[in-house]
Amino acid sequence: MTSSTRASASAEALPAPLLAVTSLALDADPSSPLIEDLSFTLDRGETLAIVGESGCGKSLTSLAVMQLLPTNLARSARGKIRLDGEDLTRMKPRQLQRLRGDRMAMIFQEPLTALNPVMSVGAQIAEVLRDHRGLSRAVALSRAETLLGMVGIPDPGARLGDHPHQLSGGMRQRVTIAMAMACEPDLIIADEPTTALDVTVQAQILRLLADLQARSGMAMIMITHDLGVVRQVADRMVVMYAGTMVEEGRVADVLTRPHHPYTAGLIAARPSGAFKQDGRKLNDIPGMVPAPSARPAGCLFQPRCAQARPDCAAARPEVAEDAGGTAPRRWRCFHPLNRPEPGEES
Amino acid sequence: MADAAVPRPAADRLRPALRFLGRRLLQALIVMLLVVLLNFSVLQLAPGDMISVLSGSSDMTAEQMVSLRAQYGLDQPWLARLGIYLFNLAQFDLGYSFRNAAPVATVIAERFPTTLILVVASVIVSLTVGTLMGVVAARRAGSLADLVLLAVALVFYATPSFVIAIVLILTFGVTLGWLPIGGLVTVGAGLTGWAWLADLVAHLILPVIALCTFYVAIYARLARASMLEVSSLDYVRTARAKGVPEWRVVYVHALRNALLPLVTMAGLQVSSLIGGAILVETVFGLPGMGRTAYDAIFERDTNLLLGVMFVSALCVVLVSLVVDLLYVLLDPRVSLE
Repeated sequence: MTSSTRASASAEALPAPLLAVTSLALDADPSSPLIEDLSFTLDRGETLAIVGESGCGKSLTSLAVMQLLPTNLARSARGKIRLDGEDLTRMKPRQLQRLRGDRMAMIFQEPLTALNPVMSVGAQIAEVLRDHRGLSRAVALSRAETLLGMVGIPDPGARLGDHPHQLSGGMRQRVTIAMAMACEPDLIIADEPTTALDVTVQAQILRLLADLQARSGMAMIMITHDLGVVRQVADRMVVMYAGTMVEEGRVADVLTRPHHPYTAGLIAARPSGAFKQDGRKLNDIPGMVPAPSARPAGCLFQPRCAQARPDCAAARPEVAEDAGGTAPRRWRCFHPLNRPEPGEES
Repeated sequence: MADAAVPRPAADRLRPALRFLGRRLLQALIVMLLVVLLNFSVLQLAPGDMISVLSGSSDMTAEQMVSLRAQYGLDQPWLARLGIYLFNLAQFDLGYSFRNAAPVATVIAERFPTTLILVVASVIVSLTVGTLMGVVAARRAGSLADLVLLAVALVFYATPSFVIAIVLILTFGVTLGWLPIGGLVTVGAGLTGWAWLADLVAHLILPVIALCTFYVAIYARLARASMLEVSSLDYVRTARAKGVPEWRVVYVHALRNALLPLVTMAGLQVSSLIGGAILVETVFGLPGMGRTAYDAIFERDTNLLLGVMFVSALCVVLVSLVVDLLYVLLDPRVSLE
């Protein structure tokens, strides 16, 4: 089912993308940028994974798209975020409120805290339908029951009156998914939806998301640090490092032939070694993501990079692009891996 | 995993509730017994009795005093009197108030409604006003409005209720002449129906404000802190992500959770007001429980004083039970077991 959506997504490459983020930048104060010059697009029905270590700006990116940033960060936001051509950054709060939960929805990392502890799960799902569809309480609740069944909760009618603490972690995450799916949004953002769950439940939730996506044709942004998740659900991926995009491309291309040394490091750091290549056996990337206030000169990854050369510390690399037919790639590195060196290019 | 559990039959869900009530009633019985023992013993330590107060206001010979003491049973050892008191109490008999020439129960039944109205009105007003102040301050935390509200709350917190009562009387009663300055109803007006109710409310406005200010301050600060804490939680963000209108995010999703600590405070307020309204009842000349206790102390009307303290303690025990039950209703995570 996932493969069919991938095929259809690539077939209609021409129309305007569903979501276009252009030159997004955020900072807590001007001396410590949190996100710099981030651009990516997402087509209808497509799944984009955003990957990176903790603190690289993945979650901030998702909150920025939803326009749910804390006010001090929201004030600093620059760049454009277009959903179906409309710039979300210029919308009034009421317009955004009508979009959220209806055209775009979000699934959070920790389902226990993401659900209101004193409201029944039925009421929390029905609320979305009553606000956006104007359904009556009774109709909204019966629709909520259908949704709970759809996300694989057994005996959904009896679960409607349950409160979040009465459900298991996996069941709670199914509830938040039902809530996000209620109005059949065009775009769903899943911020590490399986991180807080048991490994066996993780696989079930990922299968459920892929299945729902195939049926509804919604586009999805999957925020994760797990390359296994990326490979399982995503069509394309953006690798982020220290608030910038370092590499983007189709999942199969990026995972087999990474251009950025950071991506290569992430792949090599996988315990299974499934993407091991070239005989290099890096098990971790030395060092840590620099704090926003202590970003190095030149390339942001250069202090941790095994391939760093003198010019890497001199200037920040711009995004390089290979429009290459059906599988365009972008990267931010002076000395990309798995590419012919500039001199050898014909 | 909490899989498809079969809904439990009604009897099964009722059983923990009944067990809870049974346990709490037993506890209440023990508490009340201890309260009576303590009250009775402490009152024995106070020098003088009803007869010595009487003898001070009228000429009385030593023989008359001895015979009066014998007549009222005051010559018995205190343990014997305690036994008699407990025996009567077990039959719901609070004794006789000789100063009021009426059974204690009758005197209290007459005075209790005044205090009840005062307490209920104060709790409702202070909870509403305090919570609103706290929510408004929290939503604009750090702004000028927040600072002003916090300053007002601090003044309310720091000013004793009798000072506020006197200022209110001078301002609205004496200078402006808008509201009556004492009593519960206009004496001799013989009003009925709506006119009577309006008269009663007019008499209650100043005392209720005087009783409220301190608690308004407490609720405002508590609600502000609670709202600030709750507003940063994930489910408030989820509500926004669902496109819930902002007023419902604040007043339904956040406030309902933020109210929980205030319920505990409201229980404490009821408890302390029942006995603690003495000052305000005295300033406004209201015939309530506090005033009754105050008079009973000076007249050494032991039975009446014991009765007032017994009923107050009973109220406190009942209110704490109600608060616990309210918690179960408000927070589904709290269970009776």
